[in-house]
Formats: sequence, C-alpha cells, structure tokens
Amino acid sequence: MTEIIVVTSGKGGVGKTTTSASLACGLARRGKKVAVIDFDIGLRNLDLIMGCERRVVYDFVNVIQAECTLRQALIKDKRLETLFVLAASQTRDKDALSAEGVRRVFDELTAEGFDFIVCDSPAGIEKGAHLAMYFADRAVVVVNPEVSSVRDSDRILGLLSSKTLRAEQGNGQVKEHLLLTRYSPKRVATGEMMSVGDVKEILGLDVVGVVPESPDVLAASNAGVPVIFNDDSDVSRAYEDAVARLLGETVPLRFIEEPKKGFLARMFGG
Amino acid sequence: MGLLALFRRTPPSAHVAKERLRIIVQQERSARSGGPDYMPLLRRELLEVIRKYVNVDPAAVQINVEREDGQEVLEFSVALPEKAR
Repeated sequence: MTEIIVVTSGKGGVGKTTTSASLACGLARRGKKVAVIDFDIGLRNLDLIMGCERRVVYDFVNVIQAECTLRQALIKDKRLETLFVLAASQTRDKDALSAEGVRRVFDELTAEGFDFIVCDSPAGIEKGAHLAMYFADRAVVVVNPEVSSVRDSDRILGLLSSKTLRAEQGNGQVKEHLLLTRYSPKRVATGEMMSVGDVKEILGLDVVGVVPESPDVLAASNAGVPVIFNDDSDVSRAYEDAVARLLGETVPLRFIEEPKKGFLARMFGG
Repeated sequence: MGLLALFRRTPPSAHVAKERLRIIVQQERSARSGGPDYMPLLRRELLEVIRKYVNVDPAAVQINVEREDGQEVLEFSVALPEKAR
C-alpha cells in the first residue's frame, strides 16, 4: 500500500523542504521505495536541497500535462536506490496543477509499487498547499517554537480536517504529527522559548520529532546533501528518530534538554 | 551561563507566548469549527453593555463555545480592571 505524507506548515521558512528531504531519505535508507515531490510551483527548491538540480529535465507539471512520462520525470537519487525526486516546475503558473492531474500521478506511483509519497508543500494556504495535502493519509506539520509559526500551523490543522479527500469522504482523519524544528533546549531552559510540551499542548498533536537548531542544516543545504546523511549531527539523529516513529516504532525524544555542564563550565560560562 | 549573566537577566517570555497562543488558537478554532456566527456580534454587544457600568478593555472579554459530551457550553469571562473593584 502506498502512503501519502504531506509535509506542511502554513508559515514559510520553518524547514518544510529540509524536513521533506530528510524524511524521504530516511525512509529510503530503511529500504522503502519513496517518491518526494515538490509542490511549490514557480519556486522550485527541493532539487537544490536534494542535490539534483542539474539533473532536472522534466518536472511535475510536464507529467501532469502529459508532455513526458512519469518515469522520464522521476530523478533517481544517486545515494539511495529506492529514492526518486519529482521537481516542481520553475516557469509555469500555479494553475498548472489540478487535483485530477495530481491524482493521476499518485495512481501511477501506487501502481509502480512506491511505499511512500512525500509531498513538500509550499508555504501559505493557496492552491499548491491545498493540493499537496488533498490526497494525504498523514501530515507532518513543521513548527518552530514561535508564536506566528504555531498559529499558522493551527490554521493548517483546520484545513487538514476539512479540505482533504479523507475529510470530504468521511473516510477517517488525516493522521497529524507535530515536528518541531529550530529547537533550542538552552533557550527553553531559560524560559526564552516555548518548550515541546507547550507547543504540543496548544496544538494538541502527537510529536513525531524535535529537531535542534544547528549550523549543520545550512551546511547540508549548501552542499546539496540532505542533513540526515550527516551522521555526526544531532539533526540527523533527530530525523532518524522521526522516521522510526513514522514507521510505528516507539523511540524516546532526544535533544530536548541541554547537556549538563560541569561545575567549572557553569561558573565561567564555558 | 557565567556569573555575570546572573545580573543581567531578561524576564523569560516563553510563558507569555504560550498564554497568548492558547487564547488566540482557541478563539480561532471555535470560529472555524462552525462556532455560531453570531459570536463576534455577541461579543461586541456584551462589551458595550458591560462598558455602561465598568470600563473594561476589549481584550479582557473572552467568549468561547465548548463542546463537552454532546453539550454546548457558552463560556464568558470578563477580567475587571483593578480600580473597578
């Protein structure tokens, strides 16, 4: 069975594409057959984060408008055998996407035996974001522990419970998960940042992952190698944990507390 | 944190963020979950009535509809200013 996961947030710049890339890679590393699709028509970016920007020949809109086959447009990842990227169109207008077209692509991916389709949603609540979530079985809502991000994600939760195929058909809920990014345990400890518990309480969602704030994320996007491949990074471990939870494993949360400092370090601000 | 930091601490703001979000998210949820559409008007008129007697701040008036066990409860709370008491 193919499971469709939308990575969404409402607000821009919170880490949707970073998260989509790392979750897709993490699922593929565990042997799952994964397609990751950029829904941000006009503002293609997933290809850069995945490091395949120079291999884009055909895109999502080309497939929908039958200008190429799906196979021609799927870019096979160079690191993982079972991972494929479908890039967003760079030039066309947003109306090029249609629910019918998206459905055809998903049906074909299902027939090809994909285990997961990861949809990287654009920011906002316009058509691209709507179509990215419309067919979803699950949603990973990416949130920064900050007021505007939390509020916007609550609006997205409202849309997930009303403007999706599952909601319209009364076919159960889209399963929603909270993934916190840019988390700083240090600032949480000093009371400057809302904690994972605070955000969880406000939104009433299961936590699928907490990703610490880290320079590794920028380094990864600079290099075009999704951060989950940086095995020395806590960010990578946090995404690995999130992947495990998506696959139904029970994994305790890590990186939500500041590492304990020694007495001297505390006295002298080490 | 070093010794010096103890003397120049800024007040923690996370709990303010949480409280503000708790209220606005609850309000927006009840507005979209088919909360009755007379709510904004009800809120405004109630505010006018209260203001005939006490000068309260608009932000001090909270109205929510909560559903519990199939019952709808209209919850209405007004925080009175210090001087009015």
